[in-house]
Order: sequence, then structure tokens, then C-alpha cells
Amino acid sequence: MGIAGIGGLGSNAAVALARAGVGHLVLVDFDVVEEDNLDRQYYFHDQIGKLKSDALTETLHRINPSLDCITHQVKLERGSMEIPFKDVDVVLEGLDNAETKATFIEEILLKLPGKPLVAASGVAGYGKPDRISTLQMGNFYLCYDEKAKSSEEDVLIASHVALMANWEADLALRIILGEHHDH
Amino acid sequence: MTIEVNGRTVEWKNNETVTRLLKRIGYVFPLVFVKINDSVIPRKDFLHVTIPDKAVIKVIHMISGG
Repeated sequence: MGIAGIGGLGSNAAVALARAGVGHLVLVDFDVVEEDNLDRQYYFHDQIGKLKSDALTETLHRINPSLDCITHQVKLERGSMEIPFKDVDVVLEGLDNAETKATFIEEILLKLPGKPLVAASGVAGYGKPDRISTLQMGNFYLCYDEKAKSSEEDVLIASHVALMANWEADLALRIILGEHHDH
Repeated sequence: MTIEVNGRTVEWKNNETVTRLLKRIGYVFPLVFVKINDSVIPRKDFLHVTIPDKAVIKVIHMISGG
């Protein structure tokens, strides 16, 4: 399973997948853990300053020491975003910025046709979990709250971000177990 | 002569591009992602791809946060 971005969505999804028994993860993120990530991302105070990919690998190995984690410390750039995900069974999108999300989804769908992709849009806010739903279009699954405000206008809160992250992980599990259908 | 946009029936117009359709139905979000009959339309093509009659269209907007 490949995870693009291990901030609020990706780090929480990775933990859920590791606990569920997924044995191979590809983690792609260039960032380091900062204090203000701790309000929602699966990192700890003593990991501040570490690369997120190293910190998360360490945490995942505390859950399952035999988990195989491949990390790429790269910034995903338009034109080459699909490269780290060529060999994974499912791609899980955990990026933060709307522009990057749109570009990433477009590149995966166009360059890796048939590759299952799970993404999320509308992660900010809290208190309205009922608005989240899954949109499915072929092999593309979107965990979506179309009425959510952007993170520039609303807060990102652990409870809500973790909901979306686990929603993505839950869909990804169904796909990897071969239980998804086109419609 | 109609198309379906996010489950809603909309009149079809000959030679209408994705950009013009989005404007006509009031989808003004800058970061939309469009599928026409299950084909993903890259944003750079919104200006010249035209909508076929009876098309089933999904317009999704990307919202920052993660």
C-alpha cells in the first residue's frame, strides 16, 4: 500500500493499516515533525525535528516489528508524482493542499490507469461527521465532505482528521482484500 | 438532449466546452476535478474538450486540509 503525504491523513491511516495487518507500506513525505503537527498527526513530542517518514516508521515498527516500510523523502512534483507508486496495490492520498490533491489525483488516474486510489477532500472542521460520504468512480474512491471549508478558513482537529484518515484506510482495506467492485 | 451533472439533469448544448458548462451551472470553485462518462478530463483540457449529448458528468471540488 502506498501513502502520499504522511501528515494528518497519511500518518493516522498508516497506523490503522499497520494494526489491521498490512505488511508492506510505501511512505512518501519530505517534511519534518513540528510541534503544531501534534494536534492531529500521529507523532509524539519526542519526535519533533525528525523526518516524518523516519518518525512514522519507528512508530509503525513499535506496532509491528516485521512491517516492511519503504520511505521516499521527496516532494511530490507535477509531472512525476506517480513514480513512487508504480508497484503498490493501492494508493492512499494524504496531501494537504487542494491544488496538490487535484494534481496528484489527476496524475495517478491518467498515468497509472486501473490503479486503485483512495483520496480525501473536505478534512477541515468538526462536529458534522454525518456529512462525510464515499464517492466512487471506477477505481477511484473519494472520502468527501463537499460542504467543508478549506483549512485556511476552518480548523483541523484530531477527531475529524482521524475520522477521514480511518475512512480512507477502511476503504483501502476493502480494496486490498479484493472486495471492491466497479460500482 | 440532456446531460447529467452530479445527478442533476441539465440541458445539453452543442459544442459546449467543460469551462463553459462549469460557468453555466455555477461551479466556480477553482480546483474542480471532472469526469465525463468515466474519463478523467485533465484541467488543461477544460478549454477545448466539448461535452457530448447524454454525458454523465461528475464535478468534484478539492478542499484543502490533511
